[in-house]
Amino acid sequence: MSPSVSRALARAEAQRLLAHFRALGAEEVEADILQPADLLLDLYGEDIRARAFVTEDPLRGEMMLRPDFTVPVVRMHMEAGRDPARYAYAGEVFRRQEEEDEHRPAEFHQAGFELFGARDPAQAEAEVFATVAGALRGLPLRAATGDIGLLLAAVEGLETTALRKAALRRHLWRPRRFRALLDRYAGRAPMPEGRAALLAAADPFAGAGPEIGLRTRAEVEARIEALRADAATPPIPQAQVALIDALLAIAEPAPRALADLRLLTHEAPWLRPAADRLARRLDALDARGVEVDALAFEGSFGRTTLEYYDGFVFGLFAEGRPDLPPVASGGRYDALTRVLGRGREVPAVGGAVRAGLAALLREEGR
Amino acid sequence: MTLRLGLPSKGRLMEETFAWFAARGVPLERDGGERTYAARSGWDGIEPVLLSAGEIPAALGAGRLHLGVTGTDLLREKLASWESRAEVLAPMGFGRADVVIAVPDFWVDVRSLDDLDAACAAFRRDHGHRLRIATKYHRLTRDFLRRHGVADYVLVDSQGATEGTVKAEAAEAVADITSTGETLRANGLRILSDGLILQSEATLFRSLVAPWDAERLAALEVLRHRIGAV
Repeated sequence: MSPSVSRALARAEAQRLLAHFRALGAEEVEADILQPADLLLDLYGEDIRARAFVTEDPLRGEMMLRPDFTVPVVRMHMEAGRDPARYAYAGEVFRRQEEEDEHRPAEFHQAGFELFGARDPAQAEAEVFATVAGALRGLPLRAATGDIGLLLAAVEGLETTALRKAALRRHLWRPRRFRALLDRYAGRAPMPEGRAALLAAADPFAGAGPEIGLRTRAEVEARIEALRADAATPPIPQAQVALIDALLAIAEPAPRALADLRLLTHEAPWLRPAADRLARRLDALDARGVEVDALAFEGSFGRTTLEYYDGFVFGLFAEGRPDLPPVASGGRYDALTRVLGRGREVPAVGGAVRAGLAALLREEGR
Repeated sequence: MTLRLGLPSKGRLMEETFAWFAARGVPLERDGGERTYAARSGWDGIEPVLLSAGEIPAALGAGRLHLGVTGTDLLREKLASWESRAEVLAPMGFGRADVVIAVPDFWVDVRSLDDLDAACAAFRRDHGHRLRIATKYHRLTRDFLRRHGVADYVLVDSQGATEGTVKAEAAEAVADITSTGETLRANGLRILSDGLILQSEATLFRSLVAPWDAERLAALEVLRHRIGAV
């Protein structure tokens, strides 16, 4: 394993990337290193505590060292920005690490490019991908792409209740639980132990302990009602479960993935808009000089990141170096602007580069 | 050249630890009465150091101790990637307890982690904040819940009397240590069917990062022999 590069080289690379993004029309923005913890916690839940450093400010309460720039940049844009807007940034971000790994340091330089309020989604996605990939041209990188929107559309199209769809949507980013839920809704997994007895009981609270805490008896009753309704819901048809399996299994060059997706839309016409979006995106990428024939598309790509990407997702990986984290990653995160915009929503696509890794590959290539 | 051995400085855990070593031919003795934290060993190879059981994991992880006795729960909670910094020399057979997730018993709809996750989603929608789980085992609980895909909860810190936090409305559920489950039951709480995070017991650990020279390694072999951990 080669050693990581010096801090100075990483900073120089971040500044080079920043200059590259600015030359393409982005406005440079900065973000406080100390970010309010409540906002990040509310967005990501406990997972963020495992990934970010938390500290205590005597005046402002719990704060986090910024784990990335996306959230502060979105907040800034939602408060004061005008659409469309292109932003670029470079600076250090901080991530807790549970294991020693010289390529996953607790603080590292990141540079990024974010595009808000662009009218044409395919053009915006192609612009961000081409801008980030273009800034790293010449490095031995392999691109992988995916589309969370495709999976969202597949869930939306399932013949089942709104409650089941909402539960599946909520766990899209937790593959294991998503699978367990899907198996249960498809009747492939047995009813949990004790569930039948609970639903059949004349008084489900017989012999139970005292009512304590904020979750009320009415909430328990409401869930029992929901479980009753769910037990009476017919299973999701096998063919539709197979469709989701087929989507998740796609891993091939993007044009072939699109062709396979087109075939699937014969049985699942509700996937057509998502397939059309992919087609337009590939055209837009092609028009920007991206070799789409060599671009990998994976149906499950982007499912294990923190849950803010909800459409196009991409990563750039060092060739032959599975030990390294992605050199760059990004995607569409409209939903995040909806959460942070208090009712307002702005289409948003962005990508960020681990500058130290880019510098390392550059050094190795010398 | 001696081996620095960290020992719990208080209570039953300390007494049982001393008895365990004595039974294996490593007599330990506390210096000057109840209030001092100095100790001696009847065997030159060992320099005993009395510490709070909660501080022994960090001392092992930093290499300030060669050996230490503490609970598996504390070691795993306090040492990130503990396998790379410490190894188990001997489980000691006492101080046994489970770290578990427990919810109010009257939540008859919540029997498993699966149910807990669904309750978390509804709770967040109805109350406008995440369901709170009180614990002192932040890392263990978070890792466990992430592995099992439970979302929309938040951990709140509780360093003692954790079982009382639900009644006090400081939390909706707990992740706590219990040996018989009696305290949980007495506080109206029930352990989830798949809510076992960790089975803990007092354990003799060896630091992998402390300075180990030939002499100390030889002393370690003698000790291993005496305690039957060969």
